[in-house]
Amino acid sequence: MGKITKFGDEGEEVTMKETPTSHQPEAQDDVSMADAGEEGEEGDEEYEEGEGTKVRLLPGSTPTAASFEFLDENHTLGNALRYVIMKNPDVEFCAYAIPHPSEAKMNVRIQTYEGTTAVEALRKGLRDIQDLCDVVSDKFLEARKDFTDKKAAASA
Amino acid sequence: MGSSKKQTAVPVRTKVPSPEEVEKRNTVHINAETVTNVTSTDFPGFYPGEDHSWDIEKFRESVRVVFHQNDPYEAQFSLIGVDASIANAFRRIMIADIPTLAIEDIFMWNNTSVIQDEVLGHRLGLIPFTGGKEGLHNFLKWYKKGETPCDYNTVELELKVKCENNESAPADSKDPKELYHNAHVYAKDIKFVPKGRQAKYFSGENAIRPTNPDILVAKMRPGQEIDLTMHMHKGVGSDHAKFSPVATASYRLMPTITILEPILGRDAEKFQKCFPEGVIGLEKVTKEEAKKKGSGYEGHEGELKAVVLDAMRDTVSRECLRHDEFKDKVKLGRRRDHFIYLVESTGQWESDAIFLESIAHLKEKAKRFEKQVVNMVQ
Repeated sequence: MGKITKFGDEGEEVTMKETPTSHQPEAQDDVSMADAGEEGEEGDEEYEEGEGTKVRLLPGSTPTAASFEFLDENHTLGNALRYVIMKNPDVEFCAYAIPHPSEAKMNVRIQTYEGTTAVEALRKGLRDIQDLCDVVSDKFLEARKDFTDKKAAASA
Repeated sequence: MGSSKKQTAVPVRTKVPSPEEVEKRNTVHINAETVTNVTSTDFPGFYPGEDHSWDIEKFRESVRVVFHQNDPYEAQFSLIGVDASIANAFRRIMIADIPTLAIEDIFMWNNTSVIQDEVLGHRLGLIPFTGGKEGLHNFLKWYKKGETPCDYNTVELELKVKCENNESAPADSKDPKELYHNAHVYAKDIKFVPKGRQAKYFSGENAIRPTNPDILVAKMRPGQEIDLTMHMHKGVGSDHAKFSPVATASYRLMPTITILEPILGRDAEKFQKCFPEGVIGLEKVTKEEAKKKGSGYEGHEGELKAVVLDAMRDTVSRECLRHDEFKDKVKLGRRRDHFIYLVESTGQWESDAIFLESIAHLKEKAKRFEKQVVNMVQ
């Protein structure tokens, strides 16, 4: 058999921002499975509105009260997002849940006071997380610099 | 933030809690048998008249980072002034979402050792590897399922060892390591096979190599051999623990010890022994303290008293609460917003870089979803 590897020299389009191997859809080698049952495709219909959309509005929403479904998300984003949305004074209620542990889904419920919308509150929450990350990052770099400077001064 | 927009609807929130009240809210009470005051309450509307809305400028003023240790493979630092949900997000990302390179596919050409193929494969997969940072983080990309392995997504390794009798071993020797060659197979026996541009990124001291060369992989006897080729891919800890960049990434809350009434003399020595070394110190009661009425030190000048030296070193074992003489003299607690992180890297990232990467990862995630929410049909 020898070495089955073929190492090419090209292929620069791939970036680390894409999904990890374990999160990629199965490779095409099980085509026969897909052919076997056509009903299997209907379940995915809801997500067809946008390619790669990982969040959607669940049915039964009103402008000020809505539930969102996040795909492939867990407590990491769920709890952090819940916290910043609850910090918004225009929000009356916010909670998150993982309805079932074997489904990679995370739901967020937002109810706001009149004058704003649940979608707007979610957007602001996501925005606030980004600002928060910038501040923590700045502070961390600052502290690290202080620490190395102090250490260098002590050993000098 | 939102309050300036529509003054009519939102009540004016100007009340400011006293420093004592803030401290009280910020402390988780550790009692002899229970833990109380555990949930954070810093949300708008929880305390009437107070403003707890999200304000990035206020956050910038209140959040602090203090380093305690910063070695390549071990870092300890405090993150102060954030909520547990945020601190926990960083911790979870460090463990499960930061990519590293690990052995994923093994082509077992020959294995006549006593260790079974699948067990050997599992052991090999768990060995942490390191190498040139530039190549690991920037050059190497995700491997796409079903794709032909290429130099930018696959690293090839080889393990080819054969156990043989050592003719020059001392006659009376009973040590297998002397009697045979390659009786023990170590992680350092794994050879890196550079392909294509990998030679540029992973040469010399930047070569792909096990972080701990002395990990024992298998044991053999003369006549047995192991011959295999391995493919390493990038992956994340949520898929398999072997991809986790950290051995530990954990935090604990800053302990607080408040001595309410003086603990003196022999009691003070006993009190000191209730805690790990360096937490409680013994000091002499000064003249001024002894003079002060109502301080509890009257007439005790020169005696030893217990003082808190370094609460951070406490393990909060609550031993002191088991003794009746200290029960009402001390209050234990933890600072709700003071997280002491301990990050131990397995070698592919510097410990502090893992935390920075986790911040970047959370930001990237929020950014990606923000884009999708803006496009959301309402």
